Amino acid sequence: MAKSENELTWKDLEIGCIVEAPGSARKYESGTWRSQRPTYDFTRCIKCGLCALYCPEGCIEQNKDGHFEADLYYCKGCGICARECPTRVIKMVEEVE
Amino acid sequence: MEKYAIYVPRLVNKEEKFAPGHRACIGCGEALAIRQAFKAMDKNVIVVNATGCAEIFTSQLPNTSWELPWIHTLFENTAAVASGVEAAYKAMRRKGAKLPENTKVVAIGGDGATSDIGIQAISGAMERGHDFTYICFDNEAYMNTGVQRSSSTPFGATTTTSPSGKKSFGQVTWKKNMPEIAAAHNIPYVATATHGYPFDLMEKVRKAVNTPGPAYVHILSVCPTGWGSATDTINRQARLAVQTGIFPLYEVENGVYKMSIDLPRLRPVADYLKIQRRFRHLSDDVIAQIQKRVKQEYQKLLEKVNVTKRTKSKS
Amino acid sequence: MVTRVGIEVSIAVAEAVKLANADVIAAYPITPQTHIVEHLAELVADGELDAEYIPVESEHSAMSACLGSAAAGARTFTATASQGLALMNEVVYVAAPMRLPIVMVVANRSLSAPLSIWPDHSDMMSVRDTGWIQIIVENGQQAVDNTIIAFRIAEDQKVLLPVMIHQDGFTLTHVIEPIIFPAQEAVDKYLPKNRFPLPLNPDRPVAMGEFAPPFIFTETKWAQEVALQNSKKVIIKAWDEFAKAFGRKYMPVEKYHSEGAKVLIMTMGSAGETASVAIDELRKEGMDVGQIRLRLWRPFPFQELREAVKDAEVLIMMDRALSYGGPGGPVASEVKAALYNQTKRPKIVSYVISLGGRDTTVSGFKDIVKQGIEIADKGSKNEYEIYGVRE
Repeated sequence: MAKSENELTWKDLEIGCIVEAPGSARKYESGTWRSQRPTYDFTRCIKCGLCALYCPEGCIEQNKDGHFEADLYYCKGCGICARECPTRVIKMVEEVE
Repeated sequence: MEKYAIYVPRLVNKEEKFAPGHRACIGCGEALAIRQAFKAMDKNVIVVNATGCAEIFTSQLPNTSWELPWIHTLFENTAAVASGVEAAYKAMRRKGAKLPENTKVVAIGGDGATSDIGIQAISGAMERGHDFTYICFDNEAYMNTGVQRSSSTPFGATTTTSPSGKKSFGQVTWKKNMPEIAAAHNIPYVATATHGYPFDLMEKVRKAVNTPGPAYVHILSVCPTGWGSATDTINRQARLAVQTGIFPLYEVENGVYKMSIDLPRLRPVADYLKIQRRFRHLSDDVIAQIQKRVKQEYQKLLEKVNVTKRTKSKS
Repeated sequence: MVTRVGIEVSIAVAEAVKLANADVIAAYPITPQTHIVEHLAELVADGELDAEYIPVESEHSAMSACLGSAAAGARTFTATASQGLALMNEVVYVAAPMRLPIVMVVANRSLSAPLSIWPDHSDMMSVRDTGWIQIIVENGQQAVDNTIIAFRIAEDQKVLLPVMIHQDGFTLTHVIEPIIFPAQEAVDKYLPKNRFPLPLNPDRPVAMGEFAPPFIFTETKWAQEVALQNSKKVIIKAWDEFAKAFGRKYMPVEKYHSEGAKVLIMTMGSAGETASVAIDELRKEGMDVGQIRLRLWRPFPFQELREAVKDAEVLIMMDRALSYGGPGGPVASEVKAALYNQTKRPKIVSYVISLGGRDTTVSGFKDIVKQGIEIADKGSKNEYEIYGVRE
């Protein structure tokens, strides 16, 4: 969308305000809510993927080495991944400005 | 079950039907449960969503978090809207319209939309036998509007409309047993689940969606905001709800009750209550009352399991 | 083949829904709508209409099921009345902004309390601002024709709005009238297949009914309003083409001896035919009086109304509903607003008549016209007159 959301006119709305772009909320950066962030010691990671299964954001994916890592664009810093990790790969640390 | 020394990515559908970038609170159990539930489905699903947290945090014009066809209209009518979608597909298919095969209708709502304001529409849709699945994401109060009590709020919980005070310990009524109400409709499939046991949850949702006729899944979804608990412990809380017998995991398949998890003995309810602010004010007396009730209810459920076991072995 | 039969209007309306080949009917019984939905259930049970009949547990669910059905792309019908319409009110509001082309017949009946099963327009007025197209008919033939026409209007790609067809309970729904049924092939030709542009379909996921924050809410409402305003052109075209195909013509404002008449009465609904008899008799007596009938209530036909009353000196309004504590009947109030800024406009005398099924007879209408002329001349202490109430 070229226009910013605040510039949309009534003519830009699809009939019945139907939204045709599935998953378009992806552009929203929910990571700005975060007050703590996950840090990783991947040497302990067994690549089980439990952290991904328990993530309410669905923002944890395998990186190029096959380790599971949160996308900080979305991660809100809930700490669930750190709590659920069976091998304690993840540690939450305070976000600093 | 739930022995997690398995490699999850090999077992779980990687496809997300529910995009990140949603606006659920930090550590939202409902968002997690929705993610898990929809991972258990294919892309042949139409979602009908009641007004509530999930509707608000996934939909805001001009974007959507959903990768599936999705409709929201009102708060209490979700099962009726689902009836209409199901009937429309039936009629149009019969009359030769080109439609994708094996389309499933899944209605979702919170505990208010399910146990309170929407119960009539749900009862009607179940009684009429529509081929659809209703999933209740139960976070035990009206969280979207600011933690007001619902009929699904547990005994003793303090909420903004059942506050504890000098003369009250909070909610004075026992949680409405919605799964049993669903089961009383003699529908082919009813189950309880929680995000603390994701494989069990996904298996049940898969079964529900593939059951012809009405199916009901009641999913306990921890709300750290409304319950006053740490955001990273939601799965621990969910598992404690099960292990204390407060929220037993079971299935009712064609009238046959089956427990989903073997619990040689129940943990004390206090283990669950003490980690949540909503119960922190409770006296030992009230906790004892809750403990007694939980045991009774759990026993009643076990008897149902045993009765159906006995009937099965006789026949 | 065109057939002409004596038939109860409700049964005839159900037959019209069959001619329109509806896919889904969701309905809950309420007097005086019952005969319509009973006959539809029968048509489905006998395999004469291939549709899903959803016997919902309330009117709220009836309209909700209709939302789901129309959103999935099915041709969708329901009927209700009075308390049923009031119960579904919340859902009625949702259909228009979501642009779901549902057709609903409303067997107009008064609203409780006290309970009355008899007709007036209080239910119809309760949904005035829901954004639906509202058409009101006077006789069985109009009911049948406009039920078919309603699907064409609703599903037109330029419209995509729900349509209500109002017909007065009992005085219309339960009477036996001679009805001409158009041939199926002719209906199929007039009424193309429903093609909802963005239905719920896993092959092409869409999100419907999202919430709108303040930055976009006004735009959503304006889009809805423009759609309803623009629907008038399509409605008129649908009526014109119906006239070409079937020979019966409908217009937003219909005239009866109104051209050049100094005194006009304005009616809406089934009382219009009785009023016409009164007009005939008054004209025979030498009075310069005519009648206009409102066919289209929403979108309100401002232009057509102004044109129809431009030569009149007195306009006597007949309303079958009361806006309590307000200016009188809702139709009169609308008409006054429509004419206020006109340089030349008739004096308006507003009557509320026939509440809760009380008949206004031919002599009653004559009486009203005579009284009305006097009030126009001498004025009245009342904002509006209520006819026939016992003091």
